Amino acid sequence: MTVTVERGGRGGRVVAKQHHAKNPRRPRDSYALFLLPGFLAFFAIIVVPFLMNTGVSFTDWQGVGSPEWSGLANYRELMDDSEFWASFRHSLFMVVAMAAVPTVVGLVLAAALFDFVGKNFGSRTAAVLRACFYLPQVLPIAVAGIVWSWILAPENGSLNELLKAVGLGSLQQDWLGDPDIALYSVMGVMVWVQIGFPLVVFMAGLQRVDPQLYEAAELDGAGWWRRFWHVTLPQIRPEIYVVLLWCTIAALKVFGAVYVLTKGGPGGATNVPSYFSFTTFFEKTQVGYGAAISTVLTVIILVLALVGLKLQTRAEDAEEGLRV
Amino acid sequence: MTAVRDVTAVRTEARRPARAVISRYPVLVALFIGALFMVLPFLIVAVNAVKSPAEYSSNGPLSLPEGLYLDGLKDFWERVDYGQKLINSILISGSVAIGAVALSVLNAYAIGIGRIKGRTWVLAFFVLANMLPQEALVYPIYYLSKEAGLYDTRLSVIIVFTVIQAAFGTYLLSSVLGQFPREIIEAARIDGANKWQVLWRIVVPVSRPTIGVLLVFFFIWTWNEFLLPLVMLISNDNQTVSVALGVLQGQRLMDATMTNAAALLGVLPAIVFFLVFQRTLTRGIAVGAVK
Repeated sequence: MTVTVERGGRGGRVVAKQHHAKNPRRPRDSYALFLLPGFLAFFAIIVVPFLMNTGVSFTDWQGVGSPEWSGLANYRELMDDSEFWASFRHSLFMVVAMAAVPTVVGLVLAAALFDFVGKNFGSRTAAVLRACFYLPQVLPIAVAGIVWSWILAPENGSLNELLKAVGLGSLQQDWLGDPDIALYSVMGVMVWVQIGFPLVVFMAGLQRVDPQLYEAAELDGAGWWRRFWHVTLPQIRPEIYVVLLWCTIAALKVFGAVYVLTKGGPGGATNVPSYFSFTTFFEKTQVGYGAAISTVLTVIILVLALVGLKLQTRAEDAEEGLRV
Repeated sequence: MTAVRDVTAVRTEARRPARAVISRYPVLVALFIGALFMVLPFLIVAVNAVKSPAEYSSNGPLSLPEGLYLDGLKDFWERVDYGQKLINSILISGSVAIGAVALSVLNAYAIGIGRIKGRTWVLAFFVLANMLPQEALVYPIYYLSKEAGLYDTRLSVIIVFTVIQAAFGTYLLSSVLGQFPREIIEAARIDGANKWQVLWRIVVPVSRPTIGVLLVFFFIWTWNEFLLPLVMLISNDNQTVSVALGVLQGQRLMDATMTNAAALLGVLPAIVFFLVFQRTLTRGIAVGAVK
């Protein structure tokens, strides 16, 4: 019977329909073959390395010879490692700089560009402004790092020169070299890098919103801020969830910026988990310990992703329930 | 709908004139200043990359250049063999974009159109694979590629990123193909097309806009990748633009003029992509976020 369905043909038409209604399983399953290359590739490139990494995290291994089983020793050591805790504390700062701040600023900017500039000065002006804010997003992080470490340089750096030029010379700092300031400087750079992403997503989301909602609100005398709070925000809630989730995960993974700007320094002041695991792998060659760090990071990210996706689908379901 | 309720809430509270709340130009000026701040680093870099070292040290970074000094750029280009780095980046990013799209299309065809059993789980697997931090893969990949004799080859990076990018592509394309009009496929099947023909002659051409978005994204993402290429590509001849510049910066060996030359040469391709692909990029992010 299935063969008839596969071949189609004139006589098969009726058979195919009947067959489909009775037993829809067989024709579906033959699509599984298309998944085979993808499945094999993922197995080799993602699943196997991931399992190896997790396995190695329970061993003592320098990268040569055979790993020695050490059970939970690496994880116990992590608990007492102040460098480890510091790196995760810095991750929270990165979440502020790469998720919280860009989302809030992005929302206000998107609403201002879409609702205000777009309507009063034409969509062309809005598009140009949006492009300016989005530009850092296409820049390789290594290049962004070069640009900023030069701007923030203590000697002859543009920022310090600028401060001197406007008479604020007393505010000059060694922006990336002072342990008390370096983390905030990196955060500032990350805000600059990240802000375009929420902006573009939110502006696209706003295009979905029914203009009548705004007109109704405006007729009722709602000012810009009230329209933002009562119309814009509820309407693009799905986008806000997605952006927060993606940006938080990106913040936990941040590596390139730290490598290029500060190398985790000075004195570990800007160390983050991914950079910490990188140095443990390749500079200290404590592979087992590095694997444990990256496994903890992975667990945190996966839990966050699962919770985030769950919240998102629940919110979507709730909204659909309201619409029906 | 919540919004409607909120609007009615507003009605009872406020009866102020709408336009008076914000006057027009201050907001626009503020936005332009914000945009200028975003672009300013690029401008400073461009200005300083064409200054001679003498001019830079006497006038500092904020003055406008007195003439066009291109030797700094030329020196840097020759010293790091920048042409080779560009070729490597284009080769790696281009191959990854094409390979990852092909893999995504195959996966998504089975998930979105074939609606295979357990597709929710398969999709969840791809989404989670997409979210895994590369730190959890990097050492085994480094180790295995050494065993396989692929360490420090561009091919190894191409293979790894083809799979990593395909995770996102599968996720996005599956939801797009899930809404593919079934009648078209049914009609083609009845006319005797087999699954390959349906995929190649109908699904792929109809999904061309999404596929275009994915190609652009994969290309730029791979171009910008840092950690894995940093670990995998150690010899000068194989390095990408990102890795070469990042390593140079990390060594802290560059003087101001060279730094600026490096920055400008790193920024230029990104700006070219941005101008060429601007529409695809902004449209694509919208598609990606809502799915």
